Amino acid sequence: MTTHDEHAHPELGFWRKYIFSTDHKIIGIQYIITAMAMAVVGGVLSMLMRLQLGWPGTLWPSLENIFPTGFAGGVMEPGFYLSLVTMHGTIMVFFLFTAVLTGGFGNFLIPLQIGARDMAFPLLNALSYWTFLLSCITILGALFATGGPPLGGWTAYAPLSAVPAMGPGQGDGMTLWIVAIALFTASGLMGGLNYVTTLLTMRTKGMSMMRLPLTQWALFITAILGTLAFPVLLAAGILLTFDRIGGTSFFVPAGLFLADGTLIDHSGGHPLLWQHLFWFFGHPEVYIVLLPAMGIASDILSTFARKPIFSYKMMVYSMSAIAFLSFIVWGHHMFLSGMNPLLGSLFTLTTLLIAIPSAVKTFNWIGTILGARIQFTVPMLFALGFVSTFISGGLSGIFLGTSASDIAMHDTYFVVGHFHLVMAVAPLFAAFAGIYFWFPKMFGRMMNMTAGKVHFWISFVGVNCVFMTMHASGVAGHLRRIYDPTQYAFLEPVYGMNQFISISAFVLGAAQILFLVNFFASIWFGPKASVNPWNATTLEWTVPSPPGHGNFGPELPVVERWAFDYSVPGAKEDFVMQTEAPARVESS
Amino acid sequence: MASGSGTGKVTVPGAVLGVLLFVFVLVSVWMLSTERFWFVDLASEHGASVDTVYVVVLIVTGVAFVATQLLLAFIVTRYGARNGERAAYWHENARAEAILIGGTAVTLTVLVFLGQYVWYQIYFTDPPADSMVVEVTGQQFQWVFRYPGDDGVFGNVDPALVTVTDPIGVDRSGAGADDILVVGQMHAIQNQPVLVRIRSTDVIHNFHLPHMRVKQDAVPGMTIEVGFTPTDTGEYEIACAELCGLNHFAMSGMLTVDATQAEFDQWLEDQLVFQ
Amino acid sequence: MPAITEDTTTVRVPEPIQPRDGFGPPPRPPEEDGGGEDPRPGWRPAFPVSRGRLVLWLVLTVVVMLFAGFSSAYIILRGAPAWQNVALPASLWANTFVLLASSVTMEWTRRRTVEGHTASAKKWMAATAALGAAFLGGQVLAWMELAGAGVYLASTLHSSFLYILTGMHGLHLAGGIAALAYVSAGVFRNRYSAAGHEPVTLCATYWHFMDGLWVYLFLLLMLA
Repeated sequence: MTTHDEHAHPELGFWRKYIFSTDHKIIGIQYIITAMAMAVVGGVLSMLMRLQLGWPGTLWPSLENIFPTGFAGGVMEPGFYLSLVTMHGTIMVFFLFTAVLTGGFGNFLIPLQIGARDMAFPLLNALSYWTFLLSCITILGALFATGGPPLGGWTAYAPLSAVPAMGPGQGDGMTLWIVAIALFTASGLMGGLNYVTTLLTMRTKGMSMMRLPLTQWALFITAILGTLAFPVLLAAGILLTFDRIGGTSFFVPAGLFLADGTLIDHSGGHPLLWQHLFWFFGHPEVYIVLLPAMGIASDILSTFARKPIFSYKMMVYSMSAIAFLSFIVWGHHMFLSGMNPLLGSLFTLTTLLIAIPSAVKTFNWIGTILGARIQFTVPMLFALGFVSTFISGGLSGIFLGTSASDIAMHDTYFVVGHFHLVMAVAPLFAAFAGIYFWFPKMFGRMMNMTAGKVHFWISFVGVNCVFMTMHASGVAGHLRRIYDPTQYAFLEPVYGMNQFISISAFVLGAAQILFLVNFFASIWFGPKASVNPWNATTLEWTVPSPPGHGNFGPELPVVERWAFDYSVPGAKEDFVMQTEAPARVESS
Repeated sequence: MASGSGTGKVTVPGAVLGVLLFVFVLVSVWMLSTERFWFVDLASEHGASVDTVYVVVLIVTGVAFVATQLLLAFIVTRYGARNGERAAYWHENARAEAILIGGTAVTLTVLVFLGQYVWYQIYFTDPPADSMVVEVTGQQFQWVFRYPGDDGVFGNVDPALVTVTDPIGVDRSGAGADDILVVGQMHAIQNQPVLVRIRSTDVIHNFHLPHMRVKQDAVPGMTIEVGFTPTDTGEYEIACAELCGLNHFAMSGMLTVDATQAEFDQWLEDQLVFQ
Repeated sequence: MPAITEDTTTVRVPEPIQPRDGFGPPPRPPEEDGGGEDPRPGWRPAFPVSRGRLVLWLVLTVVVMLFAGFSSAYIILRGAPAWQNVALPASLWANTFVLLASSVTMEWTRRRTVEGHTASAKKWMAATAALGAAFLGGQVLAWMELAGAGVYLASTLHSSFLYILTGMHGLHLAGGIAALAYVSAGVFRNRYSAAGHEPVTLCATYWHFMDGLWVYLFLLLMLA
């Protein structure tokens, strides 16, 4: 077992090599490409939403041809709009961000960066991907369910989600939604067990925990978060399913009736129970998305700043603190839910507490690039974009975490702008940075950097036009999940803003097509990549692009230093690989 | 700041990003402070303190926002790569970190106390004894208001008694005999405290009075009380702020604040015809 | 519990560490190691727990969180005005006794395997599986007893929890029986000697855990 013979593996056929593979690199790429396909669906849904919000009630006869029921008569139906809201949120949160950041980068990077040949349980890993794919198909199936897709939002608040008769789409569509989320949970748990085990037991010689790249720390903490949070969502989903099909009353109180007077046969449950269980999962989920993004951005910032990461230890501690605190802040989603106001005070305190480690991370990123020699590559631009949007979105969270100002902000576009910046745009930028950065390692070719720069500049301007403006429209009172804002006279000041946001969103969406074309064209036509095109220090840059099966040569690498030795005084070059023996340069 | 060899330089992408960030900060500050996109006009007593908390948080986070984004803009502009130069090699500064963490913690503590002071006033202060009590029931997709009538007591409700004219099923045999039901219309009197008892008969709604800074979920199985005192007469829109199903967007209503008790009584009397 | 992993059971001959790049003194050994595949002879993984045991504990963490979700729902709804206790079927006591007994036999299985008495271990393992199956059968009988008394899934909140918690626990125990069946194939082929008995000890840990979980759930359903 100490030596690894490349020739011991018989050459695998196309199907075994690229489709039913147990190689972590292939599985990671499968996750990334599947998530990109889901993102296209989720993105198109959001464009349709913007169409309605910008120009409510306008006739779109051509769209009626594509969506005969959604655009019956050429005008978007209210139910269709709410389905867009629900499916956009669900697809993006679970099937894009969670999947691409933990499933995609986690699988691809963990063994490569810690010096292992594969995950601890390659077969379980493959099973995790195929379960994920099944959940993707299921959630897409909800789009075509009888009665339409669910319309209760990605949070699926009970009793709207618990009683199928409460709305169209709450029948079969909602059932498929629950099944998809349960499958996704199972897939995430399989991945999480694998990540933790691999990171703890398979690090190569010299790769101590405190020498891990920050991406690895982030993925490690994320995997633990998932292990603790996903089962609670699963429990909530099981109880919800019994409410829907078994006649139980966990989330449905007695004495409810429909608009036509039909009594609902339930007794005794509590709607807030769902919210408690959901957000106990839901808030850690925010960090399941955000932590890997932070890790990726940290590593990329340091690489292209050509400067060590500032305060590595505090980066690790603050991520751990964020992970811990994320389990005791869920109530800030429920300030106005009728929950005991005393709990509101408590959750305000814990929520503002979590702002401290978040601020630490921001300081450290700025400390990293201060006095640097920044190379403005495409990954670096996106990493800088990540920092900027994280600051904007993080700060606007303080308004919402303070229960008193949340009275004004709750359920408005201020919230929409906030969570998009902090858990959609920032992670998306980190994911883009990661893809541009590791693409050469994935496919052995470089992406087109000119197209990448155009992609960045449009995206960076676009997201700020869209989501900062949403903050302002939220202050003006614009409610979220509203099909037609012109229903309310007090929203008149935001009508124009909505059009501005919509046009910006279309431009932003178009720029992503550029990315997709660049991605797929570069797989075949990009210029060949060298072993270490970015002069980075971590282990994956010591092996060919793309690495062969088993990642490393006959001997696993031995790690001699941390991952951030850039611009070491006296060193021959401005980066020192992690495998470089300390004798060559003494670093402090 | 300590730097490596050489001085670094201003690069084109760095400068562009720096200028973009600068413009972005300017536009954001304008957008979030201009009268044009400010809150809807305030018309309640406690709303002023909600707005104050918002403004204080806006100033504090605004300073942090401007400072960090502009620092970012400065750094990307100033510290571009120049051929052959090395960046500075330092990666710890415990003192700077401690100061920044301490500063953040102190600032946030102040915000917590300020916010909780207002929160306490709204949620932990007994409503004034002379409050006018109104019950509001959310149901797909309308607001049903109920006034207790002359006896000042609400009758029981029973889903079995729901009819076309009685959407919440008031038991008319007892205290409910003189209850007055109105759909979509609520009246209150200027400077007289109102206590709203919020219920729901199907899903979760949110009783939202933007001008009064009232926003409270209506949860089936619960009765949640919220008080406010309208300070200006006029008509104010009522909205549902929690996704409640198909026609959520259209679940609106109108609050009319009357100048005098007499006007209010007259309106209430007019409603008797529909009971 | 000594940190035994499969890797350490094979004897390796330590070799002197060679300087690698041809310059400078030989690299000093790093202070801390990972636990991965051995890149150099004579080196031991530093992580003190075997991969199998680590995964088992992670799985148990997932199970704990799942039932923590159910438990918190139980505790919150326990305060609801509509809560109505139903009488627990008497057979649950018998089932509990059976499950506790199975834990004892499981422990004997483990000890016999560790000591290398494979023949004895086989018997105890068969007994454990039989007791586990008897427990599951007993739980079904308890359901029938409940249904016979007119208490169904949707009757009251308490009965809903009664059915769902027993059902979820039963599913997990069935998984334990499946694992036992899988491991028993190895025991019956004498693969697990005194030195390589990890699958059996892992099964034992899971089994005891399920036992403890049941006692917890039983107490929750009975007392709360």
